Amino acid sequence: MSSIGTGYDLSASTFSPDGRVFQVEYAMKAVENSSTAIGIRCKDGVVFGVEKLILSKLYEQGSNKRIFNVDRHVGMAVAGLLADARSLSEVAREEASNFRSNYGHNIPLKYLSERVAMYVHAYTLYSAVRPFGCSFILGSYDQDDGPQLYMVDPSGISFGYWGCAIGKAKQAAKTEIEKLQMKDMTCRELVKEVAKIIYIVHDEVKDKAFELELSWVGEVTNGKHELVPKDIRVEAEKYAKVCTTTTSLLHGISVTWVQNNSTFKMGKKKQTLNISLLSMVK
Amino acid sequence: MERHLMDSQIKGVSTGTTILAVTFNGGVIIGSDSRASIGGYYVSSKTINKLIQVHDRIFCCIAGSLADAQAVTKAAKFQISFHSIQMESPPLVKAAASVLKELCYNNKEELQAGFITAGWDRKKGPQVYTVALGGMLLSQPFTIGGSGSTYIYGYADAKYKPDMSKEECLQFATNALALAMGRDNVSGGVAHLVVITEEGVEHIVIPGDKLPKFHDE
Repeated sequence: MSSIGTGYDLSASTFSPDGRVFQVEYAMKAVENSSTAIGIRCKDGVVFGVEKLILSKLYEQGSNKRIFNVDRHVGMAVAGLLADARSLSEVAREEASNFRSNYGHNIPLKYLSERVAMYVHAYTLYSAVRPFGCSFILGSYDQDDGPQLYMVDPSGISFGYWGCAIGKAKQAAKTEIEKLQMKDMTCRELVKEVAKIIYIVHDEVKDKAFELELSWVGEVTNGKHELVPKDIRVEAEKYAKVCTTTTSLLHGISVTWVQNNSTFKMGKKKQTLNISLLSMVK
Repeated sequence: MERHLMDSQIKGVSTGTTILAVTFNGGVIIGSDSRASIGGYYVSSKTINKLIQVHDRIFCCIAGSLADAQAVTKAAKFQISFHSIQMESPPLVKAAASVLKELCYNNKEELQAGFITAGWDRKKGPQVYTVALGGMLLSQPFTIGGSGSTYIYGYADAKYKPDMSKEECLQFATNALALAMGRDNVSGGVAHLVVITEEGVEHIVIPGDKLPKFHDE
């Protein structure tokens, strides 16, 4: 998939003979080197989950946040170069603040993501600057428009989503997200699923310790974007750990784990097990 | 400070005026007189339009210096129409009122104009906002403004009811304008009324001789 664009990849203001801007593609590769972030929209809100890799035991817990507050009702989860992402969060905050100052009400998310995307795109036009090396997911909840989720990538386009993933395990995460029926779920149910997906896509071999950053905005928080409260997060992580440990334990046998009614299908036989039994198996 | 004197002592051509806006069940009625005067002595126009349409369902009525008011509404109309196209949806009445407020507040040293913004939007329905001289923005169920309004505060406070029908509201607005135009020397001419609802906008013009008459007329 990767190709060498010798000579045509030195600046963002040069096209290659086959019509590609290599600098923008390299910026997207920078995003793929970072750990995964996902955002999912359900019927009454939006939930973000970030796999925050801990590079040193000396870091204070909760430092190097990857989920930002852009306005009271808007949250932003990022992947890629953290410094670029931080400066873009300031840009987004200014946009939202100016809108409120001029027009007297909350900025609609579609408009905010278009404005920030336009800013990101501007940095892909000139050789004097380099494109931003980060993608981010914006989510908000409004009484009238409901929950909204948008993603912006380094090329400067924004799309609306029901669920999206960015970072190194985005393909695996996307597959997991597609299995969910998010349109019928509430935020509380979704928090557990988001935690589970992050635990599933986390690579235990290559990256060791990680911290799960969870945040939400929706009817459950009265339209305010905030980090998920500690007790709900602990419960979600417990659920995630049970699911992933069980799956990895029975990896050798062809089994499928069906949620909510804990039924194992082994070949053609069906057996029912309690959750408590399963934790003993762990 | 000179700025806080009555409208009739404003520089140049002023709209010593009576303007009002009232919400009813399903819409809002905005109304004004049609006289423009200089210094309160000379009527420079008997048929001036003080109801400016800033968007499909949002109107503005102007009071104060006519030149200032026209300049501000022209700028506001452009900004609101651009905003509405960028947002791909009709603007909120609150957004339109905020645009006017920003213009009035940021230029308060030079300007001498006050506005009433009224309209209908999908989110909150019919609304009325006052933008005062210095740039204060206030949302109210109904409001009256201009030099003629001082004579009808009692009538408006006594006769306004929330959730009126369209006909009751029209009667209320017409009576209020007639009473004010009857007592204020710098308000007069015809009564302009605009009814704004979800379905559309209806202009009603009532010539001076067709206005309701009261006990000593």
